[in-house]
Amino acid sequence: MSLNSNIPSGPMGMKWSKHKQDSKLINPKNKRKFTVLVVGSGLAGSSAAATLSELGYKVKCFCFQDSARRAHSIAAQGGINAAKNYQNDGDSVHRLFYDTVKGGDFRAREANVHRLAEVSVNIIDQCVAQGVPFAREYGGMLANRSFGGAQVSRTFYARGQTGQQLLLGAYSALNKEIASGGVKMYPRTEMLDLVTVDGHAKGIVTRDLVTGKIESHAGDAVLLCTGGYGNVFYLSTNAMGCNVTATWRAHRKGAFFANPCYTQIHPTCIPVSGDYQSKLTLMSESLRNDGRVWVPKKKEDCGKAPDQIPEADRDYYLERKYPSFGNLAPRDISSRAAKEACDDGRGVGPGGRGVYLDFAEAIGQFGAKTIAERYGNLFDMYERITGESAYKRPMRIYPAVHYTMGGLWVDYNLMSNLPGLHVLGEANFSDHGANRLGASALMQGLADGYFVIPTTIANYLVNEKPGSITTEHPEFKKAVENCTAQTKRFLNIKGKRSVDSFHRELGLLVWDKCGMARTKEGLTEAINRIPALREEFWQNVNVPGSGDFTNPELEKAGRVADFMEFAELLCLDARHREESCGGHFRSEHQYPDGEAKRDDENFSYAAAWEYTGNLSQPILNKEPLAFEEVHLAVRSYK
Amino acid sequence: MSQLNLHLKVWRQNGSQPGHFQDIDAPDIPDHASFLEMMDIINERLISKGEDPVAFDHDCREGICGACSMQINGVPHGPAKATTTCQLHMRKFRTGDTIWVEPFRARAFPVLKDLMIDRGAFDRIQQAGGFVTVRTGAPQDANALPIGKEVADAAMDAAECIGCGACVAACKNASAMLFVSAKAGQLNSLPQGQPEKDRRTLGMVRQMDKEGFGNCTNQYECEAACPKEISVRWITKLNRDYAVASLKDALGNSPKEAGGGD
Amino acid sequence: MSAVFDSLSRFYASSIGKKILVALTGLILFGFVVGHMIGNLLIFVGRDAINEYGHMLQTALHGGGVWIARIGLLVAVVIHIVATISLTRANRAARLTEYGQHKAQVSSTSSRIMIWSGLTILAFIVYHLLHFTVHAGNDYGTYKTTLEGHTVHDVYRMVIAGFSWFPAVLFYIIAMVLLTSHLSHGFSSLFQTLGISTDKSEPLFKKLGYLFAGLILVGNCSIPIAIYFFGYGR
Repeated sequence: MSLNSNIPSGPMGMKWSKHKQDSKLINPKNKRKFTVLVVGSGLAGSSAAATLSELGYKVKCFCFQDSARRAHSIAAQGGINAAKNYQNDGDSVHRLFYDTVKGGDFRAREANVHRLAEVSVNIIDQCVAQGVPFAREYGGMLANRSFGGAQVSRTFYARGQTGQQLLLGAYSALNKEIASGGVKMYPRTEMLDLVTVDGHAKGIVTRDLVTGKIESHAGDAVLLCTGGYGNVFYLSTNAMGCNVTATWRAHRKGAFFANPCYTQIHPTCIPVSGDYQSKLTLMSESLRNDGRVWVPKKKEDCGKAPDQIPEADRDYYLERKYPSFGNLAPRDISSRAAKEACDDGRGVGPGGRGVYLDFAEAIGQFGAKTIAERYGNLFDMYERITGESAYKRPMRIYPAVHYTMGGLWVDYNLMSNLPGLHVLGEANFSDHGANRLGASALMQGLADGYFVIPTTIANYLVNEKPGSITTEHPEFKKAVENCTAQTKRFLNIKGKRSVDSFHRELGLLVWDKCGMARTKEGLTEAINRIPALREEFWQNVNVPGSGDFTNPELEKAGRVADFMEFAELLCLDARHREESCGGHFRSEHQYPDGEAKRDDENFSYAAAWEYTGNLSQPILNKEPLAFEEVHLAVRSYK
Repeated sequence: MSQLNLHLKVWRQNGSQPGHFQDIDAPDIPDHASFLEMMDIINERLISKGEDPVAFDHDCREGICGACSMQINGVPHGPAKATTTCQLHMRKFRTGDTIWVEPFRARAFPVLKDLMIDRGAFDRIQQAGGFVTVRTGAPQDANALPIGKEVADAAMDAAECIGCGACVAACKNASAMLFVSAKAGQLNSLPQGQPEKDRRTLGMVRQMDKEGFGNCTNQYECEAACPKEISVRWITKLNRDYAVASLKDALGNSPKEAGGGD
Repeated sequence: MSAVFDSLSRFYASSIGKKILVALTGLILFGFVVGHMIGNLLIFVGRDAINEYGHMLQTALHGGGVWIARIGLLVAVVIHIVATISLTRANRAARLTEYGQHKAQVSSTSSRIMIWSGLTILAFIVYHLLHFTVHAGNDYGTYKTTLEGHTVHDVYRMVIAGFSWFPAVLFYIIAMVLLTSHLSHGFSSLFQTLGISTDKSEPLFKKLGYLFAGLILVGNCSIPIAIYFFGYGR
C-alpha cells in the first residue's frame, strides 16, 4: 500500500500557512452534530478535547486514571521549547526546526517538524493566558534556560515540574469545556478496542474500571492520545499504567505502526536495586553539569566502597572517550558507554548495573552549599529512594527507557492510514525521528492538540455524515463481544503465574536484546523467544477476581497481552533496520570509534508496519523521507 | 540491604459494603523497596495463595501524579515529611512493626475497593471555576503581560498541589480547604485570573460545600500532611477572597445581561 | 432588600461564611471578656470603685446602655454558638467511617476540643448569669449600699459572698481554664478566618492569643482565689 503523507506543496516555511488556507471548514451549526472521541487526557488529549469543544464539536474524552489531571505528561520535569527568541540569542523557528530534525538523526518528516516549530510560540502564549506559572525574571518577563545541549536558551520551565503545570493548564481548559457541556469526561475508563466500519474508525470499546462494564461509544472520528509504549521494557520511567493497548488494538484493526524501534534511553536514572523494583526514576540530566561519571578500572574493585578506590584506579570513561564533550556527551552516547562499562563487568551497586556520578570534585571546588542550591531537590530525591547521601558518596546511575519516538503512522493531518483515526502526541511517530530532543515532548503534545488537530480534523469530517454510525451497528456488537470474551478468557486460565511475573520476564528479554544496543543475533533470539513466552502467558497466567468489579489484575493482564504481541514487532523493526540512528543502535553499524553509523541510502524512510494476522510476518510499508531544507550530516559530539 | 518482617492491618472493602481490617503478615520485605513495591510483593503472595489482592491507586510512582493515597499508621502518605506514599521507602520502618494501611477517609471520597477511593469531587470543584476562560488561539504574546517574579513564584507554590487528597485525609473535619484554596489561589493571585476572580471563588467554594467536605478549623494538619508542603496561607487568601466576593455579590450592582441584536 | 437577603443567606449557608461570622462574633466576645475582666478587677481597688463601676453600667444611657450591650452580646453569643454547632455537625458528617489509626501531627489539644470548651463555657455563662445577674436562689439582689449619697447595688459584697462557696469557685476556675484553652486557639484563628494572617503576622497573633488567654486566666481567677483561699474581703 502506498502511503500518502499529504504534505502540502510550496516552500517549507509556507506549508502550514497554505495548509490552513486549504483546509476545509465546517459550519458552526454542523460542528455540534459531530462527535469526536478522544482517548487519553495527557497534554495532547486534554488540549485536543478542550479545543475541539471550543470549536463546537461534541467531545467524549476517556482516561484510565481516576482524573484527567494524572496522565503521565504530568511527570515531565525539564521544560518546553519554543522559538520565541526572547533571549535575543539568535533563535528562530528555522533554528528550532533544524535542531529538531538534526537531533532526530534525520529520520523525521521535515514538514511536520517545521509546523511544530512554528506553533511552538503560540503554545507559550496559550499556556501563560491559562495561568501556567512559568519561571519569570524580576522585571516580569519569562525566563528561559538552555536544555539538552541546545546552543540557545529556548526552554520555558516551571520549577522541576513543567509537565504538571502544562497538563494542569490543559486540564483547566478541559474543565472549562466539561462545565460548559461540550466535553463529557469518562475517567477510570480504559479503551479495549477500536471499532472500524467500512475501513473508517467510528468508535471504541471501553471497560469501566470501577463497575467492569464493557461498552462501546460511537463517534465520527477517533483521536488516540495514549502516549508511548516504554513499558514494554517493564522497567522504565513511565507510569505504571502506561500501555500500548489503544495503539496496538488500532494496529490490529489496520493502522500502521511506524518505527517502533526508536526508543529513547535516559542516562541519569536511579539504578535497579532488586527484582521487586516496579519502576525507574529519572533524575535531571543537569546533574551531569557538575558530576563526573566513572567506574573502577579493575573488576575486583567494584565491591569496594567508592572512597577506597584511589584516583588512579578510576576510569572516567566519558572524559576519556569524548574529551571535548566529556560528561555532557548526548543521552544515547553516554547511555551506551555506561552499558559497555557494566557489560565489561565494571558496574557498581546491586546487580552490577550502575556507574558512579561523582560530585566530590564539584563540592571541593564550589562547596557543598552551592551544590545543594543547584541540585538539592535531586539529592534529596536520590536519598529518599536509595538511602544514600550524594554529598558523602557518589551517586549511582544507570540508563533507563524514557520515551518512545515510534508510534502509529500519521499523515500531515495527523490521520493514520485508517480514515477517521487520528493520533496525537507520543502515540504517533511523526516529529522526533529517531531521537527526541529534551523539552520537545511537551511541545509536540500541545502543538498537536491545541493547534494542529483543530484545523486538520475538518478535512476528514467534512466528507462524513455526522452521527451516521451508532453503537447499534453490528461491528460494535461484535467488538464488544470480542472484548467480553477476552475478559472471560483471562479469568478462566487460572494459571500459576501472576501478570507481573510475565511482564517482568518480557521486559527483561526486550531490554536485554532490544535495549540500548542491539544485534541481529540478539534480536533474532528475542523474536524466537517472545512467541513462546506469549504462549505460556495465555496458558499459565493467573488473573484473580471477577470481570464485573474493580480488578487491577485484569487491567494489567489486558495490557501485558498487548505488550506480548507488540514486543515482537518492536524487535522485528529493530532487526530490519540495518543501521544505527538516534535511539536505535545496532552494534554491527558503528564507526570504529563507536559512533552510530546511519545508512541514508537504504534506510531514509519511515517503516510503517501493517498487521497481517500473523504476528511474525507483518508487511513493511515505506514512507520515503525527503530532506529539502536540512542537509544530511553525521552527528558528531567529539 | 536488609529484610524486614512486618505485620500489616489493611482495610478491605468492596464498594459500599462495610469494610474491615485484614491482618496480613509480610515477612522478608527488602528495606530498599518503596511502600507500593511492598504492596506489590504482598499482592503477588496473595494471588499465589488464591486470595484477593489489595486494590490501591497508583501510577507515576515518582510523587507527581497524585494517584497514590493511603493513610499509613494514621498519617496520610505515612511518616516521611513531604513525601508521597510511592516515594516512601521501607527503610523508614523497623522489623516487627505493625503498619496500619487505610484509605483516605471522607464522605466526599467514597471507597471503591480496599484502598481505592473516588476523588471525583476534586474534579467537579475545578469544573466550577478552576480555570481562566480563554480560547485556544486567542491570547496575546506571552511577554505582553509582565508578571513579577514574586507573584509568579507564589502562584507556582500553589500550583505544586498534586490533588492527592492528603489534606482532606489529615483534617479531622475532612475539609478540602487546602486543596480548593491552592487551586483558586493560583489563579486568583495572577493577573490572568482577575476578571473571573469572584465568580471562581464563589463557584469553587459552593461546589466544595456541596460535595460534603467538612469545614476548616484552622488546625493546619493539612499543611503538615501535604506532600508538596502547600501553605495554609492559601486558605487565608481564600477566606479573604470569599468574603470580598460575597460582599460584592450581596451589595454590588447587577449588570444587565448582554442582549443579542444586529 | 430581598436580593441582599438572598445573598446574605447564601453567605451564611456556606462554610466560609459561617466561619467568618464565628470569627467576627468571637472577636466581639473576646472584647467583652477583656472589658468584663478589667471591670471586675476593680474589686481589688476597693468597695466603692467596683460599686461605682456597677452603678455606671446600670445607669448608662438612662439604663438603656446595659440592655443595648446585653442584646448585642446575646446576638453575638447566639450566632457564635448556632453557627459553630452547625459547622461541627457538618464536620462530623464529613467522615462517616473513622480511622483505625489517626495521628494528629501539629494541632493543639485546645484546637481539637473547641466545641467542648465552648459548650462548657456556655453552661458556665448560664450559671454565672443566674448567680450574679438574675440572683436565682440567692438574696444578692437585696445587697444595697450608699455611694455619694445614692443607694446602689452592693456588687462588692455580692462578689465576696458569691465566691465564699467552694462549688462556685471551682466551677468558675474550671470555666476560666477552658476559656483560656478556647482563646488560645480562637484568638489567632480568627485572623486566619478573616483572611488577615500572613506568614509574618501569624506567629505574633499566636503569641498574643496565648498572652491574652493567660492574662484572662490570671486576672479572672485571681478574684475567687483571693476571696476563697486568702480571705480577701471576708
